[in-house]
Amino acid sequence: MGLLSRKVTCNSHGQDSSYFLGWQEYEKNPYDEVKNPKGIIQMGLAENQLSFDLLESWLAKNPEAASFKRDGQSIFKELALFQDYHGLPAFKKALVDFMSEIRGNKVTFDTNNIVLTAGATSANETLMFCLAEKGDAFLLPTPYYPGFDRDLKWRTGAEIVPIVCTSSNGFKITESALEEAYQEAQRRNLRVKGVLVTNPSNPLGTTMTRTELDLLVNFISDKEIHLISDEIYAGTVFSSPAFISIMEVLKDRKLESSQVWERVHVVYSLSKDLGLPGFRVGAIYSNDPIVVAAATKMSSFGLVSSQTQFLLSAMLSDKKFTKEYLSKNHKRLQKRQNKLVSGLEKAGISCLESNAGLFCWVDMRHLLSSNTFEAEMELWKRIVYDVKLNISPGSSCHCTEPGWFRVCFANMSEDTLKLAMQRLKSFVSSITINNQSHQELKNTRRKNRNKWVFRLSFQSFHDREQEER
Amino acid sequence: MEFTRNNNRQLLSKVATNDRHGENTPYFEGWKAYDSNPFHPTQNPQGVIQMGLAENQLCFDLIEKWLLENPDASICTAEGVDRFRDIAIFQDYHGLKEFREGVAKLMGRVGGNRVKFDPNRIVMSGGATGANETVMFCLADPGDAFLVPSPYYAAFARDLGWRTGLEIVPVDCKSSNNFRITRVALEEAYEEAQRSNINVKGVIIANPSNPLGTVLDKETMRSLVSFINDKSIHLVCDEIYAATVFGSPRFISVAEIIQDMDCNRDLIHIVYSLSKDMGLPGFRVGIVYSFNDCVMNCARKMSSFGLVSSQTQFLLAAMLNDEEFVGNFLRESSKRLAKRHHVFTKGLERIGISTLKSNAGLFFWMDMRPLLKEQTVQAEIELWRVIINKVKLNVSPGSSFQCSEPGWFRVCFANMDDETVQVALERIREFVHQGKEEDGASEKSKHWRKQNLRLSFSSSRLYNESLMSPHMISPHSPIPQSPLVRART
Repeated sequence: MGLLSRKVTCNSHGQDSSYFLGWQEYEKNPYDEVKNPKGIIQMGLAENQLSFDLLESWLAKNPEAASFKRDGQSIFKELALFQDYHGLPAFKKALVDFMSEIRGNKVTFDTNNIVLTAGATSANETLMFCLAEKGDAFLLPTPYYPGFDRDLKWRTGAEIVPIVCTSSNGFKITESALEEAYQEAQRRNLRVKGVLVTNPSNPLGTTMTRTELDLLVNFISDKEIHLISDEIYAGTVFSSPAFISIMEVLKDRKLESSQVWERVHVVYSLSKDLGLPGFRVGAIYSNDPIVVAAATKMSSFGLVSSQTQFLLSAMLSDKKFTKEYLSKNHKRLQKRQNKLVSGLEKAGISCLESNAGLFCWVDMRHLLSSNTFEAEMELWKRIVYDVKLNISPGSSCHCTEPGWFRVCFANMSEDTLKLAMQRLKSFVSSITINNQSHQELKNTRRKNRNKWVFRLSFQSFHDREQEER
Repeated sequence: MEFTRNNNRQLLSKVATNDRHGENTPYFEGWKAYDSNPFHPTQNPQGVIQMGLAENQLCFDLIEKWLLENPDASICTAEGVDRFRDIAIFQDYHGLKEFREGVAKLMGRVGGNRVKFDPNRIVMSGGATGANETVMFCLADPGDAFLVPSPYYAAFARDLGWRTGLEIVPVDCKSSNNFRITRVALEEAYEEAQRSNINVKGVIIANPSNPLGTVLDKETMRSLVSFINDKSIHLVCDEIYAATVFGSPRFISVAEIIQDMDCNRDLIHIVYSLSKDMGLPGFRVGIVYSFNDCVMNCARKMSSFGLVSSQTQFLLAAMLNDEEFVGNFLRESSKRLAKRHHVFTKGLERIGISTLKSNAGLFFWMDMRPLLKEQTVQAEIELWRVIINKVKLNVSPGSSFQCSEPGWFRVCFANMDDETVQVALERIREFVHQGKEEDGASEKSKHWRKQNLRLSFSSSRLYNESLMSPHMISPHSPIPQSPLVRART
């Protein structure tokens, strides 16, 4: 009989993965323009640092929100006491309006169907607690956000079965991939409870096409299962095609009174769109009142600080501000993404065409010594330790094809991005030259490196693991 | 839609559709009565007064003053906005260093500065609600059980057992010894669980106690630690009311107890929060402090599911590191709690209602056993309904805390202003007085007299018991003055 629970000793928290290893290395040697110009540049963090000035300027113009005041009156006491899991009504209203605005006002959201949670991390876990348990599985298209292994599986006991997407069609979801995933779950004796997609996609940076969305609706309809659409990057869509929310699809297909309506749930957050991951603002939106009721009770385990709800209710109610913010933010994201793409191009590296997110899905297959995940790890180690860029290997995102990497562009200054691209270009040039002369030594070296690589990637770094999306 | 709804219900998890969240209990009826008719001194003076909410509303003025004097504690003011972007980005589950330091200092201070808490062991959670659940996830698996001395906080059922799949095994404590937790009771509960093949992983206590408002004495604490150590099971101490102690004896943290005891520290875990001590439940500050490294690390990873907003961490870091403010706050808070407690308990005494002697918490444990028609839970609930609907006070019946003896009620006193206190006391006075008047009326008087006989019998038993155990209910037992027992026919 163990002294502690199985959860303590198992690995489902997923933090032994290579994804977090790069973090470790970055922490030991972080780049700083002045203090550490040779340090590792962090490109593995999907943060939006491009538009803080807009937020700061709003704060300067709205001192009441900062000092717990409303209409000249102090409401500190009310806020300090406010722990109602139904959430601050003004905040919920502002939030659903904001969500609507991001979707071009093509859909509206009802405040009665929204549940506030401590970040999307909590939202996803809570939804999973409501929809699945041990013996159940959710299907997820690969590649997917590494944190899902923890958020969806760890404490809930549920399983994830991948819907394999490949570069052959730009990693889009196909009907056969869906069916294959479903069959695989059956083979593993798992009961499929639903599909979870991230739209816009992390790590791809693409928005889902209407074809894919229709496919999904048909699939979950047919199988009578749930669909969770994690739309936390919805506000980061900076170029066409326009973002199409799953709610819009249901509405267009007039499915509001259908069976499938109550099986579609949306997850949202302000961590990416507004660049406020520290504030822990997440939300579950569901058309099923039972799910809303259960999730609301569960939110007790991770409510949003009333101080934060109050600040953001004021901010998001300012429609002039939200309009300006979304527009400026999009422009800046687009500009910055373009810089990354062209920088990569100059290094002879292409990436998946993308129109959203805070990262690009970069194709480094041609730089692999072999079409294997070992080679991907090899390459990744070199990029982290030699090129000094922390990027995320596709294997950590459960990609089935080696050689893809997620590279973030919105969490650094323009100059830093430039430097990162220069380093990459130099690295690629050196490989091209070296590849020819070192061909013979490769086999012996690879064997040794693999031992080292495996040892490192399976080592667990318990003291400094961190959060990320 | 009905068919769809039922169909869809099958597609949800058991956790989503079962009742283990505990919110369908009669406990929440009182709430509904309050919500539909809340008291307001001018707008609704006949409304229901909320006395079922353990909130500390007595010291907001101190915090508000501090906020005005420290605008740079907010990342949104002109003085603090230069920290805005760093804080807005900060989602490291280790938490802000200054925040952890401030909390560790507070915990040390609240424990009488007899223990130093290590800021690096401080792990955040979504309120104490999140902390208790997280600790359970770390210590036990579905189907395992924890021993919980009763009466205990009503929502433990949800926090400890809902999503975790754990069971609660109550350890009944009795008024005959002031609801103290005895080694015998623990051993009995443990043996019984073993016999039923229930795997007990630990004991969880609240110290100071909710709903009793008492602190655990050193002897009981040592006995507890020795018990869990012998059995190699965990001890979780929920110390969220630690700074609400307003009289002696002082609060003793389990951290202090283990300093001079031979004990496996891997079994000791503390849950803390700022919701009661500082009156900030809306800020969702829960803390897990475990002496077990594995648990600490695991809880830290799990804190991702309920981190404290960085905006809030930043504010509180500044506040809690202002040692002068904290010292003053704690002293003032204790003073005001003591005063409020005194006003209520003395006021009740004069009416003939006794309460469990207490020196902590935001409530007292009121003895209404003499007013019960019979010593049953049904009678308790009946009386409770009368109190809610006729007296218009939302108090919490002992049965909702799994108290094994009917007739006890938890009454909160720190969540209202002084005027409301007087209104509440007046209403109780009237209610008791009415009982006395009906006592004189013809038809009902026989019934009442019968009652009184029964009551006077039981009260005299109480009175005797009070002679035998020095720390009994209240040394100023109102029994001789109580109108309910005066008529002896």
